[in-house]
Amino acid sequence: MREVVIAGAGFAKIGERRNDRIGDIFAEAFRMLIDNTQIDPKEIEALVVGNMSAGEFVGQASLGAYLADYVGLSGIPAIRVEAACTSGGASVRTAYHLVASGAYDVVVAAGVEKMTDTPNNQTTSILAEAAHQEYETYFGASFVALNALMMRYYLDKYKPKREAFAKRSVYMHQNAVDNPRAQFRRPVKLEQVLNSTIVADPLTIFECAPIGDGSAAVLLTTPEKAKELGLEYVKIAGAALATDRLALHERDELDTLKATLRARERAYKQAKIEPKDVDLIEIHDAFSIMAVLALEDLGFAKKGEGRKLIDEGVISRDGSLPANLGGGLKARGHPVGSTTVYGVGEAYLNLLQKAPRKSPGGEVAVVQGIGGTGSTVSVFVLRR
Amino acid sequence: MYMGIIEGTFPPRYRREVKYRNAFVGWRCKKCGRVFYTPRKRCECGSREIEEIELPREGRVVTRTVVRNPPKGYEKYAPYAIAIIELDVDGQKVRVLGQLADVDLDKIRTGMRVRATLRRIRAGRRGLIEYGVKRVPIEE
Amino acid sequence: MIASILGYGAYIPRYRIKAEEIAKVWGQDPDRVKLGLLVESKSVPGPDEDTATIAFEAAMQAIERAGIDKSLIGAVFVGSESHPYAVKPTGTILASALGLNPKHLRAASFEFACKAGTEAIQAVIGLINAGLIKYGLAIGADTAQGRPSDPLEYTAAAGGAAYVLGPKGDSKAIAEIERVESYVTDTPDFRRRQGAPYPEHGVRFTGEPAYFHHIINSVKLLLEKLGRDINEYDRFAFHSPNGKFVRNVARRLGIKDLSRVVSLDIVRKCGNFYSGSTLVGIARALDKANPGDKILAASFGSGAGSDAFSIVVKDRITEVKSIGKSVDRYLNRAKYIDYGTYARYRGILVMD
Repeated sequence: MREVVIAGAGFAKIGERRNDRIGDIFAEAFRMLIDNTQIDPKEIEALVVGNMSAGEFVGQASLGAYLADYVGLSGIPAIRVEAACTSGGASVRTAYHLVASGAYDVVVAAGVEKMTDTPNNQTTSILAEAAHQEYETYFGASFVALNALMMRYYLDKYKPKREAFAKRSVYMHQNAVDNPRAQFRRPVKLEQVLNSTIVADPLTIFECAPIGDGSAAVLLTTPEKAKELGLEYVKIAGAALATDRLALHERDELDTLKATLRARERAYKQAKIEPKDVDLIEIHDAFSIMAVLALEDLGFAKKGEGRKLIDEGVISRDGSLPANLGGGLKARGHPVGSTTVYGVGEAYLNLLQKAPRKSPGGEVAVVQGIGGTGSTVSVFVLRR
Repeated sequence: MYMGIIEGTFPPRYRREVKYRNAFVGWRCKKCGRVFYTPRKRCECGSREIEEIELPREGRVVTRTVVRNPPKGYEKYAPYAIAIIELDVDGQKVRVLGQLADVDLDKIRTGMRVRATLRRIRAGRRGLIEYGVKRVPIEE
Repeated sequence: MIASILGYGAYIPRYRIKAEEIAKVWGQDPDRVKLGLLVESKSVPGPDEDTATIAFEAAMQAIERAGIDKSLIGAVFVGSESHPYAVKPTGTILASALGLNPKHLRAASFEFACKAGTEAIQAVIGLINAGLIKYGLAIGADTAQGRPSDPLEYTAAAGGAAYVLGPKGDSKAIAEIERVESYVTDTPDFRRRQGAPYPEHGVRFTGEPAYFHHIINSVKLLLEKLGRDINEYDRFAFHSPNGKFVRNVARRLGIKDLSRVVSLDIVRKCGNFYSGSTLVGIARALDKANPGDKILAASFGSGAGSDAFSIVVKDRITEVKSIGKSVDRYLNRAKYIDYGTYARYRGILVMD
């Protein structure tokens, strides 16, 4: 297998983009990728698009062909891949294999989701499609509710300070202030998070990622080709995807995402790293509980102690393991199918010190994406 | 984007799933003995010999939440409680998910004992009336 | 002896609305309502309850008390005036949810205003005696609706009961139905046209020529055929549109001890279960019965008719008392709700 690198990234501004169709949002990310890399789009040999539910959200299938056509790439192979909220992770990993295998030299891995063309209850229904249709969704479980079930279980089991969970939102809003593509660029106070409306007990609205439209794209190629094109790059040192049983109630543990453990093991092994080698992380914190579980299951904290990394500021911008420097899913936003591509793109920018706000830097970044309530997890190790 | 006129589940799917919605049925791998609520055609032990079993109706709440922003079709019932319930099937702990009915939302507790019954899950004005297992607290 | 009762089960939703709460909304005097109807509150089905779910709970208990192999049940007949569907049987929903054997299974929805439940019982008895089935499930349940502000709104309630019936002399019998008599005329005291949301009724006309005339005739016929005096019975269950009608019919039938009329407490606390009314009454009589006791029950259905049953309790009644829930346990659990919640639960607020 060939070595694969990320040699460019582009992002669309996340938000309720009432004036833009799904193609416009993707086109914005794609244009930024081209502007940043200055490559000739003819160099792109294949397009992979992560998307959870364009069919339901906007009624569009054939997304690969549609988007390629929309940005003048018609003719190249272009496909949509889906793994719920980490469809973006599936996209990057698919592109990774397309390059690593030698099939193509230059592939764009993108993700896009247009989520604001449906009323709230329908959006809630569509997102719940990530769970088991017959055994979870049918019985009225929303996606937030399933995460709340995990959080309640965790709170009952470890009896942590409730504030530790809420603090994550404060850090994330702080990180997003300087991120021009973030959905929310204003700081929030701890009391606001704790006192905001409860969506599904015990999760408050300020602990949940917002609904928004967005798209991100990264350029995957070989180190040789990147040099030829004159592009700075980071290496994909590890790329793994793993699954767990789809329905939450079927899992062995309600406070461990086994898919994270499985993906992490493979990705770290491939990259030959240990948790202590990691300088910054991009975790899939769609809900505060997911941030805590990610920190534990990625090996940065013992079970039941992930919240300490939040409470003690370890994951803040100034901490030893800064997380989600662009604001994460909470503040940057979570256009589901594009989220892990944003994560990979942000990690790339931060490792290369190209982010809008100077990052603490480092050598190794870990990016995690979660699909469903943990039924699919992608983990990437990027090395400068 | 759903453009159909019929609301809720389409009849062929209703017919296929109704037993698993309304009767409290689970599955047991004949080889390794593992019991599960959500069906699969091949057990993780490798066996394809999986039999249908009737699950015990009583269980214990292991985690719960209250849905305040319901999915489409469930608005009439919100806010409502969802829980994961643990059953004891011949000594094996089996988890199932479902709504709790007839509970005061501020009195739901982890550990509370519940019993399966039949309730409406969703029903529009013209489509099928869809039922399913929900759980009610065992009094005392 | 014409058939055995092997098992029975009742169900009443937990929600209640008080007469005061309804009277407040319409500017009526709650004391006059309570004295006039002898109804203090009524049961209200939860937003996810309907006739099928009420019937299910009752049937589960009936099957459990019967202690029979449920695959031998050959009929599921449900009497109601509030079947979930206008067209689609309630019995098939139940049979599937109860896990009954679909082979040789009969299912039908019965309608005869409030006596659809006792008609279902008689239909099952008929099939048993014809040798077409061994055991059958007969259910009466309703989630009745009265037009807002109509006097019926104080009483139209939800509840039901189910009976597993079998051949006479069955070893699992807890009681035996020794005789049934019916009396039917075309009396339009109460009706609901197809597609109409609420029923229409003849106000005072519902009493004399309707309720009283039919019940008195069916009961007299029954007593005459059995050559028995009414006061030889230990307990009585009557269809209960309100408490006052029940008290009056009992007096007019010459019942000396009104404490033997088990329906009075039910209707006072929970209102009128329509097709479930008489069946829940019989269930409460069985709850309180000792071996050898005699129960007299009479239903009334508008339109109009009455079925009168004579039931003799057997020894096995003592074995099933610890199984399932007694009617009194349902009567004593109550979650009172306000009119707004009631309106929401009953679907009076249009949402779709």
